[in-house]
Amino acid sequence: MKDKVMRAVFLAAACVCIVCVALICVFLFVNGIPAIGEIGALRFFLGTRWKPGQGLYGIAPMILGSVYVTAGAVALGVPTGVLTGIFMARFCPARLHRLLGPAVSLLAGIPSVIYGFFGITVLVPAVRGLFGGSGKSILTASVILALMILPTIISVSEASIRAVPVHYYEGSLALGATHERSVFSAVVPDARSGITAGVVLGIGRAVGETMAVVMVAGNQPIIPRGILEGVRTLTANIVIDMGYATDLHRRALIATAVVLFVFILAINLLVSPGSRPAAK
Amino acid sequence: MKARSAALRAAVYAAAAITALTIVFLVGYIVVKGAPHLEPELFAPKYTTDNLSMLPAIINTALMTVSALLISGPVGVFAAVYLVEYASRSSRLARGVRLAAETLSGIPSVVYGLFGRLLFVAMWGLSLISGAFTLAIMTLPLIMRTAQEALLSVPDTYREGSFGLGAGKLRTVFAITLPAAAPGILAGFILSVGRIVGETAALIYTAGTVAEMPKNAFSSVRTLSVHMYVLSNEALYVNQSYATALVLMVLVIFINAGSNAIAKKLTIHSL
Repeated sequence: MKDKVMRAVFLAAACVCIVCVALICVFLFVNGIPAIGEIGALRFFLGTRWKPGQGLYGIAPMILGSVYVTAGAVALGVPTGVLTGIFMARFCPARLHRLLGPAVSLLAGIPSVIYGFFGITVLVPAVRGLFGGSGKSILTASVILALMILPTIISVSEASIRAVPVHYYEGSLALGATHERSVFSAVVPDARSGITAGVVLGIGRAVGETMAVVMVAGNQPIIPRGILEGVRTLTANIVIDMGYATDLHRRALIATAVVLFVFILAINLLVSPGSRPAAK
Repeated sequence: MKARSAALRAAVYAAAAITALTIVFLVGYIVVKGAPHLEPELFAPKYTTDNLSMLPAIINTALMTVSALLISGPVGVFAAVYLVEYASRSSRLARGVRLAAETLSGIPSVVYGLFGRLLFVAMWGLSLISGAFTLAIMTLPLIMRTAQEALLSVPDTYREGSFGLGAGKLRTVFAITLPAAAPGILAGFILSVGRIVGETAALIYTAGTVAEMPKNAFSSVRTLSVHMYVLSNEALYVNQSYATALVLMVLVIFINAGSNAIAKKLTIHSL
């Protein structure tokens, strides 16, 4: 009897996850899709002006904003992260690794408000000093996001390089290749799918990041003309207006969340076949 | 040939140096700027606009963490128990739950915030309990996944021994399997604590920004991260912001280090 009751309790707990996802989807789509219809799909996705006061709900600037800052973060963060991962897996002396390993995981744990705060107190003035303007820009947001995705990319790259069988490396050495050549030509190519998975995880994190970006990106809902212009991302759009939005404005925010949700799902789907390391 | 190797080596070392210097600079900057401003009045029992005390926010953070984990903890662990001990590995439900958990862990925190505002805030207003439910959903996949891994790492001989002594399935779960998996489950809990303590976007419009200790579960509360955000947004209190950032950072670093230490102990044990 007790066994049966508890089994039902365990089963119910297992279903909670599914219920939560269903609930979130229902809430987002039931509120968001009709809002898109009401605004007009074309005017919502391609509209370049977001002026809720005048009934203008175009999110094209925010879609582009998210794409730009994410691309910037990838351009800065991926080479640094992957090369650091290679360093930690194949170049790093054990004693240094004992310091660097925890330091990287420390970076992963720092809350996004602290990144944002670091951004406004250090990066924004630096960008302002170097390039002029307000300092709150695509460039600033990209640098902060690159920092934030760095630990993910480093740790996933390192783990997938370590998972490559050591005889690949040894075979390459035996053929007369240098240490560097062996690592880059024999080991890293085999870890490619794992490294890609890490990069995609990082992209997901960058697209979804909110507070740090809000603090340093300037948040103008305008299509930027250069990397030194301010920008508003999809996440920023939600959090900035959420406090006071009502009616269609609020539902337009939910529709923004739908777009964000679909973006993230698409990114995750993109990686799931490759994320499982091939059986050896 | 030599030149190319040297170039590759230089690139790898440069990247590692950039990473290391960035970490040192980021952490060092907050410590150097924050430490001199850690004044006792920042820890006064009551928040005022003069002292900007973070003590109520710290207590609120603790309350928020405990409330959220009281919800997601049992649900996550029980779900893991079902998936590992009862369901077959390839059952449709197990696959569905795994997919759902993966989806949940990919959703950005601002979407949780919006969802919490639509559902929980509509019922209970800006409150501790609205924030706690929002964060409970957010931390559920993490707790479930770590508990699942911990349960899977318990050797089957433990279960067989328990059955052999005449214990039933339920008794085996509670007396043998769960205690054996406890360190792994705990590591997942602590990771979740770290996430809750660092969370802002999901809380600012579900739990609100009242910088006082709550009277009850339906009072609005400001956690330390939200406090940090509000302070740095006002731009008037730079010194206090540095000090608050330092406290928040140290707190999260300790929490994550605790989780890592437990996880490490666990792996040594199982070898």
